[in-house]
Amino acid sequence: MSIESGEAHRLLWQMVRIRRFEEKCAELYSAGHIRGFLHLYIGEEAIAAGALPELRADDSILGTYREHGHALARGVPAGAIMAEMFGKREGCSGGRGGSMHLFDVSRRFFGGNAIVGGALPLAVGFALAEQMRGTDRVVACFFGEGAMAEGEFHESANLAALWKLPVMFLCENNLYAMGTALGRSQSNVDLCEKAHGYGMRALSVDGMDVLEVRDAMRRAVASVRAGEGPIFVEFRTYRFRAHSMFDPELYRDKAEVAAWRQRCPIERFVRTALEREWLDDAGVAAIESEVAAEIDEAVAIAHAGTWEPLEALERDVYVRAPAAPAARA
Amino acid sequence: MSTTIRTTYREALRMGLRDALARDERAFLMGEDVAHYGGTYAVSKSLHGEFGEDRVRDTPLSESGFVGAGIGAAMNGMRPIVEVMTVNFSLLALDQIVNNAATLRHMSGGQIEVPVVIRMTTGAGRQLAAQHSHSLEVWYAHVPGLRVVAPATLADARGMLWTALQDPDPVVIFEHAMLLPMEGELDADAGAVDIDHAAVRRPGTQLSLITYGGSLHKCLEAAEVLAREGVDAEVLDLRTLRPLDVDAIVASVTKTRRALVVDEGWKTCSLAAEIMALIVEHAFYDLDAPLARVCSAEVPIPYPKHLEDAALPQVGRIVAAACEVLSR
Ligand SMILES: Cc1ncc(C[n+]2csc(CCOP(=O)(O)OP(=O)(O)O)c2C)c(N)n1
Ligand SMILES: [Mg+2]
Repeated sequence: MSIESGEAHRLLWQMVRIRRFEEKCAELYSAGHIRGFLHLYIGEEAIAAGALPELRADDSILGTYREHGHALARGVPAGAIMAEMFGKREGCSGGRGGSMHLFDVSRRFFGGNAIVGGALPLAVGFALAEQMRGTDRVVACFFGEGAMAEGEFHESANLAALWKLPVMFLCENNLYAMGTALGRSQSNVDLCEKAHGYGMRALSVDGMDVLEVRDAMRRAVASVRAGEGPIFVEFRTYRFRAHSMFDPELYRDKAEVAAWRQRCPIERFVRTALEREWLDDAGVAAIESEVAAEIDEAVAIAHAGTWEPLEALERDVYVRAPAAPAARA
Repeated sequence: MSTTIRTTYREALRMGLRDALARDERAFLMGEDVAHYGGTYAVSKSLHGEFGEDRVRDTPLSESGFVGAGIGAAMNGMRPIVEVMTVNFSLLALDQIVNNAATLRHMSGGQIEVPVVIRMTTGAGRQLAAQHSHSLEVWYAHVPGLRVVAPATLADARGMLWTALQDPDPVVIFEHAMLLPMEGELDADAGAVDIDHAAVRRPGTQLSLITYGGSLHKCLEAAEVLAREGVDAEVLDLRTLRPLDVDAIVASVTKTRRALVVDEGWKTCSLAAEIMALIVEHAFYDLDAPLARVCSAEVPIPYPKHLEDAALPQVGRIVAAACEVLSR
């Protein structure tokens, strides 16, 4: 397993950033600053941290409502994300979307979709546009394994394979769709086989191992960019927290959660990095304090943010405001 | 005098489900996370323990698939109660509902029956942003072949399901998310209710507030405010959105001679628009003032609270609009 100098630092920093950012979100949710639905990525950080750096700035990314980690790893500023969670104007979606609808088109981060499976056909269209323009850009679409029961997955997979589009179907298989375990929703739990069924290349990787994620993603991106057509990647992972802040977690054993927590991607990577002397204790501690400072600043930005004035409520529904009805004579 | 129990809209819905499952062995409940999770909104909590996994059945994320399966099971003699988590996700099942459930009886020359009940939560108000805050009742109310109902009280939450299940045609039930925790008194022997008629929830003489679902309680509150200002407003709860109870609407308006329609849907092509058209067709000469309506602003519902509040019908806006109608 090779690692460039500085890369171990960057990978750990990104995972820790996502983890601490979301722990702070949970706290701010309890305090009432963040409202609505909040879906935490805690436990799954290795995927965003390992995968996103393998994409180029001109590649496109689409995600789900569990997308804080992807937005952070794509470089959307933590302050803009936190402000979005607060619903403030300074948020990356101007405050109108909240946690589930983070957008930053300047970074080609196209959301933040709260309809399960909803982004998959969009990703196919993104990739079709790239193919028709003859670029070598790829499109990365993240989704949960629950989406694979939706017709939209199957229709998208078929189109992408049929047209050999440069799209990556990146499935974060955390074993549950809300309270529904994979085995209770799929007749065949081998997800790669489904992709194979459409003639698509598919691989399954340990999503709790940031280096394995990185390596798999690197190869997968290269092949899609080289014109080999779409690919399906299953990242085997687990969410440590509830589905959302409204979930009483009646459907899974505490022991199962505890067992997965043993495989925490951050602790695991710290152990490896210390053992192989990619990092030392002081380096790890420095990451924690750097991240803490960044998050404090993000929270300050969110608190200092402003509320959109009511007069702006109907702005941005159309490019031009529809003409007002003619006054009555 | 009959005794009452203190309960919630959510529990009243559960009582209706329990009753249906117990009384009709052809009935079963199916939908995403209705069993092990306990129901997305805890409506079906504990039912899978009581009735087993066959009759309270979790489905994969396949709205079109399982709604279609419910329609098929209904055609084949069962009495499925299909829960679509929310109206937002029912859009993935529109094809099944509109092209199959609604058409089959007519297209087959009356040979086929689709006695399915499709329940879904609707409405905004919890800062869930645009994709989780739709009020699309009117999309379904537009379609011949469907019956559409919207329980707004505990008694209707308890009683509409059984009547809907007896209907040989597909019925769509809209349960407003903001009403789930609503507490109140329910007759201990409450049971099935009619789903043909609108109900006057507050009689009045000077103005009709016509509404349904989550907006009913805002209208009742507005009527209280108006009463303190000496205005005697009537509040009409439509209850059934298709077919609309035209007689009740006309009776109310002919009495009060003024009407304000309150609808959480967007104004353009709304249920409110249909109701106003009905009044104009049937009671134009009984009106003393132009009709008016309070609907949601024409925007995808925004996330921040102050903008969401501003986008939805609120008591203050209802009162102001009522005063405007009364001043004409
Ligand atoms: C079409 C649709 N149906 C239902 C829902 C409600 N819902 C939100 S998240 C979720 C579970 C999705 O699970 P999965 O795809 O595995 O992603 P995860 O949450 O595990 O990351 C469900 C059922 C939805 N948002 N969209
Ligand atoms: Mg999942």
